[in-house]
Amino acid sequence: MDGQEQTALAPASADARALYARMRLIRRFEETLLELFAAGKLHGTTHTCIGQEADAVGVISCLEPERDVVVSNHRCHGHYLAFTDDVDGLLREVMGRVGGVCGGKGGSQHLFRGNFYSNGVLGSTVPVAAGMALAEREKGSGALATVFVGDGTLGQGVVYESLNIASLWELPLLVVVEHNGYAQSTPSRLQLAGDVEARAAAFGVATSRHDTTDVLEVQAAAREAVDHVRTTGTPYFLVLDTYRFSPHSKGDDFREPEEIAERRLRDPLTVAAGIVGEAEREEIADAVERRLAEAVEQALAAPVPATEPATR
Amino acid sequence: MSMRCGQALNAALHEIFERDERVYLIGEDLLDPYGGAFKISQGLSTRWPDRVLTTPVSEASIFGVSAGLALRGYRPILEVMFGDFVTLGLDQVVNGIAKFRAMFDERVTVPLVVRTPMGGRRGYGPTHSQSLEKLLVGVPGITVVAPSECHDVGALLAEAVDDDEPVFFIENKLMYGRPNRRPEGGRVDELACVEGEGRYPALTFSGNGFGRAEATLVTYGGMLPVALDAATQLILEHEVFTEVVALSRLLPLDLEPVLDSLGRTGMLVTVEEGTLTGGVGAEIAARVQAEAWSDLNGPVVRVAARDGIVPSARSLEDDALPGVEDVIAAVTALERVGG
Repeated sequence: MDGQEQTALAPASADARALYARMRLIRRFEETLLELFAAGKLHGTTHTCIGQEADAVGVISCLEPERDVVVSNHRCHGHYLAFTDDVDGLLREVMGRVGGVCGGKGGSQHLFRGNFYSNGVLGSTVPVAAGMALAEREKGSGALATVFVGDGTLGQGVVYESLNIASLWELPLLVVVEHNGYAQSTPSRLQLAGDVEARAAAFGVATSRHDTTDVLEVQAAAREAVDHVRTTGTPYFLVLDTYRFSPHSKGDDFREPEEIAERRLRDPLTVAAGIVGEAEREEIADAVERRLAEAVEQALAAPVPATEPATR
Repeated sequence: MSMRCGQALNAALHEIFERDERVYLIGEDLLDPYGGAFKISQGLSTRWPDRVLTTPVSEASIFGVSAGLALRGYRPILEVMFGDFVTLGLDQVVNGIAKFRAMFDERVTVPLVVRTPMGGRRGYGPTHSQSLEKLLVGVPGITVVAPSECHDVGALLAEAVDDDEPVFFIENKLMYGRPNRRPEGGRVDELACVEGEGRYPALTFSGNGFGRAEATLVTYGGMLPVALDAATQLILEHEVFTEVVALSRLLPLDLEPVLDSLGRTGMLVTVEEGTLTGGVGAEIAARVQAEAWSDLNGPVVRVAARDGIVPSARSLEDDALPGVEDVIAAVTALERVGG
């Protein structure tokens, strides 16, 4: 089968470079957001995925943005940038400036562009993604819907109602669990019983679990999952063990520094450094810095959205 | 003999399915021969087996699934077996369905209709008899429609399906079995009746040809026959004329017909089957006093269910829910206040 042959091949160097560059962009975008918050230039909140970039980039590299649907959560910047590459739209949205992808109404965790949607209540996104998968199946578009959740979201009952429906109705739905070991501040041992994969397997949903921060390994796992959904039209539950270096939100981190330091040894950017040469890494880093500096400068200069008269 | 409201809704669903292949019906126990717990969906699964999706008992999920379908180009109708179960889907309503259009900067619509029966007087008890419209009326971003037995219930349902906004379509359980009493020659029985224009019109009833009257009773849904019986008894037994306004759209609140009638009466009584506190009547009262203070000759009075449960035993249920006598008592008390 074509899909399997593709998985077996080593990715082209252009592809590897693109994966690394996209992770670098996401990393620096979010570090920039945290700096802007610290400088008092941002209002509201943000949830960064620093440390988890390989998931967003690896999985989304297997999707087709012109037809596939992605539904993300509160921690959505990495998914959004991997899917749309829309730095300006996201930065301005988070900063509440004209040119924000949702006009400043959604902010950090409520994004919509093309086939990308995100929402801020954990678990609520899974049935919506299932409904979108149903819509695409009925249209015969061949598209699949991918919904990203975290291990914290596995506490929500609606996730299991939706897995049941996705399995019963044979929906082209890919559920990606980014298992970073924490639900906000609460470690998994205080909030997750039993076996994570078994939860999906109980509904007859195909599943696999991968403890890796290597974007190429994530990509290979995602390719298999996407191929499964695409060829069988049935759901898949992909668990990716990962770690978030940054706090849940902005400053709310009470984890042991030693724990974070140990996990930093598996930083997806460090792991992926070998897939591009040093000169290329510097080139990518410079390009990312230039792009972000320009985006920040333009966003700071952009006006704030005009208020609208009440209609009801 | 006119069609019963339940039959009219069923016939409308068949027409809607014929007309628009983007319409899907989603809910529990929908398949023939069962055809939904109240039989309103009968026949649809036989004619359109691919567009009627019978679901597990998973309200929280099926609200979301319906939203996903609506966001991606379909026009789903979600049947929620009892209105009481809407609470299970409220996260999807409050944090998704009602917000998507605005928070995604007007670039998506959620053309979803949630059909659900509300109301008591069938002895179903505290969790199967409530009128929870007030929970929905406090959610900006949705439309709440609650037709009465004198509205063109089938046409209203078709309008809801054509609406680009998410619509809650509240059906009263008793209404299903009652005739769809449409105005004929500007009358329903002995009362004159005027129907508003446009989508989701209100109906206004008068016992004296819209001459000067003592009070306006504003109501909706399953309380219309109660209000009309009260209005008729007030004429026959108390020589008091009232107007009755039956709203079909509760959100955004359709205040115009209420203000119009109030101009002829000067007194307002709100009549609803839900519990009193924080109810639809409270919202109407607040808006009317702000808009038409100078037209009011007395306080706005609310007739509603007692704050508490809807008990199962018939005697207890009758006592908890507002009836004809409660409406009459409210109007005659106003009479004494306003002179």
